[in-house]
Amino acid sequence: MSPLIQVKNVTKKYGGLTANNDISFDVAENEILSVIGPNGAGKSTLFKMISSFVPTTSGEVLYRGERISNLKPHIVARKGVVRTFQETTIFKSMTVRESVVVAQHLRAKASLAGYFWGSKAAKEDVDAFGKYADELLEFLGMSPISNEQASNLPQGSLRALGIAIGLATDPKVLLLDEPFAGMNHDETMQMVDLVRSVRDERGVTVMLVEHDMPAVMNISDRIVVLNFGEKIAEGTPSEIQNNEKVIEAYLGSVDDEIGM
Amino acid sequence: MGFSGKQLMGVGIFLFVIFIGVPLIIAATGRWDFYYTLTSVALLAIASAGVWLTFYIGRINIGQGAFALIGAYVSAILVVKAGWSFWISLPAAGLFAALVAILIGLPILRLRGVYFAMITLVLTQVATLTALALPITNGAKGISSIPLPSGVSIFGIPLIPDFSSMENTKLAFYITACILMIVTYAALYRLVNSRLGHLCRSMQQNEELASSIGVNISYIRIVIFAISSFFGGIGGAMFGSIAQSVYPSSFQVADSVNFMLNCFLGGLGYVFGPMLGTLVLYFGWDLLFEFGKYQMLIYSTILILLIRFLPNGLLSLSIGKGDKK
Repeated sequence: MSPLIQVKNVTKKYGGLTANNDISFDVAENEILSVIGPNGAGKSTLFKMISSFVPTTSGEVLYRGERISNLKPHIVARKGVVRTFQETTIFKSMTVRESVVVAQHLRAKASLAGYFWGSKAAKEDVDAFGKYADELLEFLGMSPISNEQASNLPQGSLRALGIAIGLATDPKVLLLDEPFAGMNHDETMQMVDLVRSVRDERGVTVMLVEHDMPAVMNISDRIVVLNFGEKIAEGTPSEIQNNEKVIEAYLGSVDDEIGM
Repeated sequence: MGFSGKQLMGVGIFLFVIFIGVPLIIAATGRWDFYYTLTSVALLAIASAGVWLTFYIGRINIGQGAFALIGAYVSAILVVKAGWSFWISLPAAGLFAALVAILIGLPILRLRGVYFAMITLVLTQVATLTALALPITNGAKGISSIPLPSGVSIFGIPLIPDFSSMENTKLAFYITACILMIVTYAALYRLVNSRLGHLCRSMQQNEELASSIGVNISYIRIVIFAISSFFGGIGGAMFGSIAQSVYPSSFQVADSVNFMLNCFLGGLGYVFGPMLGTLVLYFGWDLLFEFGKYQMLIYSTILILLIRFLPNGLLSLSIGKGDKK
């Protein structure tokens, strides 16, 4: 089976700074793949290139064999590759339910003019969006807060809202940007379960950028490790935990520490 | 989408006041000049509705004067030089303004915040200078003695009477302007409460997130700016027809600023905000006329205080109307 996403020799340069250098890896369908690495390793840049928020300098990203890099973000989203943001990027003055309803607009069958005149298809869309929003919020355990305004939500719920908005677009691949950051252990475990159920029950392939090592080891099928913009390792959690290069990148080499 | 009984009653009262109440009061008091004032308010409110719509996608638009001027000239030229009926030139003026908005919007709508505002501020001046320079606009002399709107009839049934054969054109213009204003705001209300409106709101609050859920933000920006300028063109064309003349100075930078202030004053969160804002601002300025040289000082102080203490506009005062977005 061919991989769902192929990252092929992707390089990103900002002036003289190389954020990503010649990165290649594949993501299989229904996989949970984490991209980890120390601060400044180029994880976020890589995600932005996969979702076409920034263009690549060279190389390309393929989704089902079709190039999705160097396009517009909304086109990539329409193909089914959707990213989420960290918690500050939300629709502040919308309620949770409104956000999830608006995020379903790609599923609309009626035209914009149809909505203006209130056509039958538009009415059906509105009903379907509302119904699906309720179902999705139920699935994510967010029904109790569905009428809260987004700006009033605590951090943990904002993360969940970000995922809810992403899921509402009916993605095939969801890119999660640090879904566990700033969470305590219990919240993290809840979120791990949630992400896993997104994959298991909705058939969504998940890629995530994350710092929280225990969570990453728990949730990931495979892990890609970046350091200074280079891919230094790729493998299952246990392989990564025992990889010398990875340990070196995170802890510094023994030689460095004793100053030799 | 259903309307509550309260909303329907509000609309009913509003229609009663402008079509029956106001004419009765004016007939009783003999203040016929009020027709001209209220007609102006209605037309300025149409242009302000456009500005409000650009606010709705998170852009500060101080360029509506340019599109009003374009609309006024297009209609005047079509009526005077091409001999069109005013009623056909009116939508043509709106469409032409929208077309110009698309061409200008393509490069400038990428800008955000103060940068977009600065560029639009210049637009009005550019439109004025263009009108001065082009041969077709007749330079500084402008276009004057534009004929009054002619009648329209379909299959011999008169739909719109000939304005030049009327005794009271003031009332006719007032009714026309009010109808246009009502159609504009009804369209605006529908737009804001339809999917396009929801997408605009998502863009206003976060463009990045909007594009991540598949919203084609540059397309919607253009569409909205075009609709906004269409309203500006319509308002300007009607104005030219009432004044029966258009000059490069018919709409100036100050007018563009006022269009924006109307929106601020009425409330950016309310569809009917710019309508109220235009009414209050227009009458407020006139009422302060008695203060002579202090007029501007008092006027601006009140504005500053209003924006300071009512940042969400006058309509935020009326509790319970918040759902009437």
